[in-house]
Amino acid sequence: MSKASLWLLFLAVGLGTFALRFLFIYLFGKIEMPEWLRRALRFVPAAALAALVFPALTHPSGHLDLSLQNFRLLAGLGGAVVAWRTRNVLITILVGMTILWTLESVFGI
Amino acid sequence: MKLNKDFLAGMRGALPILIGVIPFAMISGVAAVSVGLNFWETMGMSVIVFAGASQLVVFQLMTAGSPWIIMVLTAWVVNVRFTMYSATLAPYLQKLSTWRKALLAYMLSDQAFGVSLSHFLATKDEINHRWYYFGAALLIWVAWQISAMAGALLGSLVPASWGFDFAFPLSFMALMFAALRDRPTVVAALSGGLIAVFAKGLPYNIGLVLATLSGIVAGYWLESLKLKQDAAQ
Repeated sequence: MSKASLWLLFLAVGLGTFALRFLFIYLFGKIEMPEWLRRALRFVPAAALAALVFPALTHPSGHLDLSLQNFRLLAGLGGAVVAWRTRNVLITILVGMTILWTLESVFGI
Repeated sequence: MKLNKDFLAGMRGALPILIGVIPFAMISGVAAVSVGLNFWETMGMSVIVFAGASQLVVFQLMTAGSPWIIMVLTAWVVNVRFTMYSATLAPYLQKLSTWRKALLAYMLSDQAFGVSLSHFLATKDEINHRWYYFGAALLIWVAWQISAMAGALLGSLVPASWGFDFAFPLSFMALMFAALRDRPTVVAALSGGLIAVFAKGLPYNIGLVLATLSGIVAGYWLESLKLKQDAAQ
């Protein structure tokens, strides 16, 4: 990725994100958010994050791998338990990475 | 100059939540360096975007070699939740010039929203909501940028062989579980996740967008069914 397209990426993401933050503060009293949209938006974080997580575990090197040799899937399942219990980003990363490194050093490459 | 007392109250209100903000911001800094950004690019992105989850999403998609437009679209989708915060806080942030509204909007974060709204709903005192929010949001913004900077400096010490890219799905996992509140949100996550697995082979990583949309539709549909059932009873 070139330097120019990198900064364009930051600007595009940043301006769009600013618009999302600003929209309804600016439009207050002019336009209300429709009820169906408010309801649909509630599902965005769960759906979008799951769509990022699942394939990262099942396709660690680009193709489907549900075997026990897929250490990222195993470490991810361990991490999921921690994420579910704690909902804490840092603890989930620490536990998940520790499982991954342990599996790799004991059974791995 | 005398500091506004609601501004200070907002800062005090945001103080405890920094325990969550600081490590997450540091992770974003380490992650930026791990995908090859230099210090200035890391801080440029941190100031321009200022939305941790979407920044991590961009990094993960960079390591996967996704096209530019998919990175932008996915980051926007992850940040669409800000419209909810913005709509909810809007009544408290009026009677300001457009520029000041824009400044307050730029600093909107999950934590500034959570701290301010819970205070506004709980307090019976007559307070200046704009100053309270500004105090909370500003403290979070400053803590975020300093921590991201520390992360960017630390990041150069993390060897690539550690496989730090695996920290992305792990962090999304924690954020995802925090978003699961009831059965419809769980169904939205399961549908989004499973469809993303099956659509993984589609070109341009378009499966990600399709899966997210399917997850939203599934959750919305289940909730509609429930609402109808409740109405019938």
